[in-house]
Amino acid sequence: MSITYLEAIREAQYEALRNDPSVFLYGQDIATFGGAFKATKNLSKEFPNRVFDAPISEDAMVGMAVGAAVEGARPIIEMQFADFSSIGFNQIVNQAATLYWRTNVPCPITIRLPSGGTAGSGPFHSQSMEALYAHYPGLVIVTPATVEDAYWMLLDSVALNDPVIFCEHKFLYYHLKADQIGDRELPIGKARIARPGRHATIVTYSAMVHEALRAAEELQLDGYQIEVVDLRSVKPMDTDTILASVARTGRLLALGEAFPWGGVTAEIIARVTTDGFHLLDAPPMRLNSKDTPIPYHPNLWKAHRPTTSTIAAALRRLLRN
Amino acid sequence: MYPVALASSINCVETDLTADFRDQFLLTYQHMLLSRVLEEKLGSLYRAGGRIVGGVYLGKGQEAFSAALGVQLQKGKDIYGPLIRDQAGRIAFGEPIIDTVRTYLGAVTGPMRGRDGNIHRGRPKEGHMAMISHLGSLLSVVAGGLFARRLAGTLADSIGATSIGDGGTSTGSFHEGLNMAAVEKLPIIVSIANNQYAYSTPNTRQYACENLVDRAAGYGIEGITVDATDLASCLKAFRTAVANARAGGGPQMIVGTLLRLAGHGEHDDASYIPDKARQGPSARDCLQVAEDFARDRGWLSSAGLRELNEEVRRNVDQTVSKVSKEPAPDPFKENWQALSCAELVEGQHEA
Repeated sequence: MSITYLEAIREAQYEALRNDPSVFLYGQDIATFGGAFKATKNLSKEFPNRVFDAPISEDAMVGMAVGAAVEGARPIIEMQFADFSSIGFNQIVNQAATLYWRTNVPCPITIRLPSGGTAGSGPFHSQSMEALYAHYPGLVIVTPATVEDAYWMLLDSVALNDPVIFCEHKFLYYHLKADQIGDRELPIGKARIARPGRHATIVTYSAMVHEALRAAEELQLDGYQIEVVDLRSVKPMDTDTILASVARTGRLLALGEAFPWGGVTAEIIARVTTDGFHLLDAPPMRLNSKDTPIPYHPNLWKAHRPTTSTIAAALRRLLRN
Repeated sequence: MYPVALASSINCVETDLTADFRDQFLLTYQHMLLSRVLEEKLGSLYRAGGRIVGGVYLGKGQEAFSAALGVQLQKGKDIYGPLIRDQAGRIAFGEPIIDTVRTYLGAVTGPMRGRDGNIHRGRPKEGHMAMISHLGSLLSVVAGGLFARRLAGTLADSIGATSIGDGGTSTGSFHEGLNMAAVEKLPIIVSIANNQYAYSTPNTRQYACENLVDRAAGYGIEGITVDATDLASCLKAFRTAVANARAGGGPQMIVGTLLRLAGHGEHDDASYIPDKARQGPSARDCLQVAEDFARDRGWLSSAGLRELNEEVRRNVDQTVSKVSKEPAPDPFKENWQALSCAELVEGQHEA
């Protein structure tokens, strides 16, 4: 028996609903229909009056969650696609993210963002929004790359007393499988060494962890051992684990699927050069998507985002320096 | 200037004036007076300079409409999401004026502890939501509180209420929130103070329907208009709406017609409001209208009014004086932490 990344998200929501009567689910098409990706399949049947279809109103969905949280509920909001959370942006960054700081009342809401690109999805169903939300104080941004993390980090997110932006990667929904869900290993805020190495470090998160691991395999054929750090949460960012890895390897590639201006990879570089400049044997590198909207056709899409081969090429340049 | 849809407007008539109504009228009048006197004090502190660092936003001319809603609500039971010009409504809801003064002066003892100021205040756990500046965005928050209560089985006959102006009804957030509240049939009062100008923008540049209340039908909810300069009619309108909401009638829209008798804030002389509007029926001062109404019926005597005025002024002066002596926030003692979970707070990654 195996479980996919998507099924893990569904199972985590099942557990959250089962364990805590204050948890409820709100989102478009998530009740009887089970969600656009079926992440809530059968949950409305198993938990009647706990899983609700929302109107196409991302702003109101988040505002509603904030009001419910004040009353002691722990809502999970499903955005149909991360891209549409831009309509709820104001409620997320100004209402939810400021509530605790302004009023001393915590805001335990979890907003699930089906994120990232898949072939054929085009400019408005492929976006990675984590850097935008990470920019604002008062939010926790998690970016699980494994089936176990999809499960445990979603449960941890629901249990947190702060607003969490849960960036789940659509490319991993069906492709990524585990035999079973193991024990919880790390809390939110701790990065994981996905592969140990000693010649260079890739710091990345979400679906790019898997591209990075494949690139590391490729480089092994050339005799290089590449360390891959999976951030797991981009905010808080586990700077200690990043610096410890760079201390071992002396070389850094910051990798992300999001747009190149600013963002998570820039933050990684900034932290390492600020706090660990002396650890670097070569200028650090960044690899992101291209600075255009995300294209529709698979030929263009594959060239827009980092892939195993572009990551491997970047690593070779990094190792030559 | 503003066509009132007579078919759906509420007017108070003599037969409405029961003893209970009279008592509520007089109580509301006191809230209005306290609000007016407090805001005049805040305005003078602002003009004097130094004490109030941000702006001052007055509800002058809107006290009747605002307080007539606040006085129907029960603190500790209902959820109230007031907006910019709801000083009177907040007092009527039960917010002590020391919370207002402390927030305007940025006192660390106030509900916002110097982290937010002036009208951006509340105590969410007491049902008083703290508005953000983005108009319309509080509607879904109030609705969410009611939704959660219904889910938990604790809603009973509690209700929510929130306020907005003519300009705020143009936002997507307002539409989304009201539509959602209507779909869920939540017991929420949506009070729209149509003061005819959004900052400086007249209604002709704000919306194209004949009357804002016409929109209620589009949401599938109840809607009425009321002359918001007339406290008696406002009380009647909100009593009716609140009773409907408590009885399961779903969202209730009340559009009050009035004119803002101040600038958008004290920095604004409102020179864009033409004299014709300033002399029209909407420009009546609701406080004076209420006072005349009560005097005409023998509910208030000159001596009683004088005494009430003195008491209110003393209360305001003493409160301002007390808060003035309180400590300002200290940046070195401030807990610079935006998350409630301390273990997830990042260190500062800068020099």
